[in-house]
Amino acid sequence: MAKSARSSNTPKPRRRPSAWPDAAGHFGSYGGRYVPETLMPALEELAAAYAKARADRRFRADVDARLASYVGRPTPLYFAERLTKTLGGARIYLKREDLCHTGAHKINNTIGQALLAQRMGKRRVIAETGAGQHGVATATASALLGLECDVYMGTEDMARQALNVFRMRLLGAKVVPVAAGSRTLKDAINEALRDWTTNVRTTHYILGSVLGPHPYPMMVRDFQSVIGREARRQIVRAAGRLPDALVACVGGGSNSMGLFFPFLTDEKVRMIGVEAGGLGISTGRHAARFATGRTGVFQGTKTFVLQDPQGQIQITHSVSAGLDYSAVGPEHSLYRDLHRIEYTSVTDKEAMEAFDLLSRTEGIIPALESAHAIAHAVVLAPKMKKRQILLVNLSGRGDKDVQQVAKIRGIEL
Amino acid sequence: MRSAAARPAEATANRIDDVFARLRGRDEKALIPYVMAGDPDVATTEEWLLAAASAGADLLEIGVPFSDPLADGPVLQRAAERALAQHVTLGDVLGLARRVRAKTPIPLILMTYYNLIFQYGDERLARDAAAAGVDGLIVPDLPPEEADTLAGATRAAGVHLIFLVAPTTPPARIAAIAARASGFLYYVSLTGITGSKLPPLEEIEQRVRAIKRTTRLPVAVGFGVSTPDEAARIARVADGVIVASALIKRLQEEPDPSRRSSVLTAYVASLKQALIPR
Repeated sequence: MAKSARSSNTPKPRRRPSAWPDAAGHFGSYGGRYVPETLMPALEELAAAYAKARADRRFRADVDARLASYVGRPTPLYFAERLTKTLGGARIYLKREDLCHTGAHKINNTIGQALLAQRMGKRRVIAETGAGQHGVATATASALLGLECDVYMGTEDMARQALNVFRMRLLGAKVVPVAAGSRTLKDAINEALRDWTTNVRTTHYILGSVLGPHPYPMMVRDFQSVIGREARRQIVRAAGRLPDALVACVGGGSNSMGLFFPFLTDEKVRMIGVEAGGLGISTGRHAARFATGRTGVFQGTKTFVLQDPQGQIQITHSVSAGLDYSAVGPEHSLYRDLHRIEYTSVTDKEAMEAFDLLSRTEGIIPALESAHAIAHAVVLAPKMKKRQILLVNLSGRGDKDVQQVAKIRGIEL
Repeated sequence: MRSAAARPAEATANRIDDVFARLRGRDEKALIPYVMAGDPDVATTEEWLLAAASAGADLLEIGVPFSDPLADGPVLQRAAERALAQHVTLGDVLGLARRVRAKTPIPLILMTYYNLIFQYGDERLARDAAAAGVDGLIVPDLPPEEADTLAGATRAAGVHLIFLVAPTTPPARIAAIAARASGFLYYVSLTGITGSKLPPLEEIEQRVRAIKRTTRLPVAVGFGVSTPDEAARIARVADGVIVASALIKRLQEEPDPSRRSSVLTAYVASLKQALIPR
């Protein structure tokens, strides 16, 4: 499990965090662009278009307006009083990304990228999806803007998340089954990259996390950091001060980076990313990249990767499809090395217990991904003082997981 | 591309340069067939490589299987899966290269994805590849921007790092890639993955001519070439033709494994015929 670095001896980032990535997309020694030549010009075009859009007040205003009137932002920061009492430690606040339209934070990014695609004159978008939340969010943004949308999804994930498959189809998207490899998120990304390589002139690839080649890790982080900007303002208003610790689950790492990024220079705020411990780290069946992974190059970026000694990518396991991925966003690898963000993991079982706990104490059914963050709060909050504040990102709601949880418990619906 | 790279050391003789020079003198074009190492097993791959060399191949491209080959179409994906089921490693492929090198002077090029090289170690791989008699590397997910370390290592070892140029590559970028390339430039004939359908041949001809205006390096064309006619047409402008998916598909379609070697020999010979001036 993660080394616990106390904030007192935490080395400071050498530069302001916004100094990363550099122009070529490197976060320290991580990140970059490792893709076939066919895609390189498209990535340069995308980086240029994004830089221009980001500097354009009208584009930013358009994104903000849609986040407000369509997504439902700002999402509330909610004081979880009964959960706080039950755990008997730090005051726990939940950032309610589960209340976003479509039920998760993913739409913060897809609205931004779909508007960018429109600006670039691309009429078709593609996406990969694991849990289905990013696919649904992409299908939604495409319906909103009248774009053609194809979503790649592993057949294993399609079985686990049948409800989201149907939602995407209702929204007018085509769901393309991927039966290669482990039939999960990584294979869906391979297939989406192959599609993009073939249709790059007419298509924009809406990548769903802080992964892949530059500019995706930076761009997705920027679109998601609305979470942290709001949360920072809200906690100061509610409690009169900054939180002592932030907790978020880390699959590719977009909800966590979105929450953490605006707090990076607040040196006294601890940040903890929670990876999927699956059946337990010692079983080898997990998705905790920082537990047993090492630096590698995978799907366009250099970062921590779960791989065998030769460098073949390992198949991961998690009860949560959204965390079931072999690599982690390159910016996470940088802040892990700098000891600015700590990483730990919780098992499937702990996440399932947290799923029940939050449902019963607060009347909020969390996504299984977000239940990993709650599960770590269960460990951490009791060790903190009662006057301290723990802010947890509730990245998504659990409606999509209800069927699977019933199945795991042997209940037929 | 941050720094202008030095051209490869002219002093280090490389079999790839020799072959292209020799063929140019005969107005002949290079045939570069591709075989996936370990599909169906390493011994068979060795047999096929030697058969291809005897049947007229001018250079041999050996695939090193990777779990997530994102530039490859279904034919090469499945070939990699079959090879990985045999647990073939980069080390095994270097051993294969060494055995082939002991029997023939034909240039050998390894093609693999960067993570396998990165885990092996860029410098160690360049050294071991050179020692095994490997002459070039093709790494489809390593653009020149990220290739400084490997390019330095291969240059020092006298191995060519071969870069790709795509139909989407703009002229200024072609020049920048050519400035860092050695051995030859690999022109990706189509906007897509390996084994897809070729675009109109006029388009390929036009692009290859444009590339040749910016570099004196040989240009080989691959990704969708399958028939001798296509090869002949492309050879009018290019210096070489790479055939991968189409070859593997033909081998897979032959139900009798004992006949596959002769299928390969006949196909390679027919392609080579198309590259010799009449």
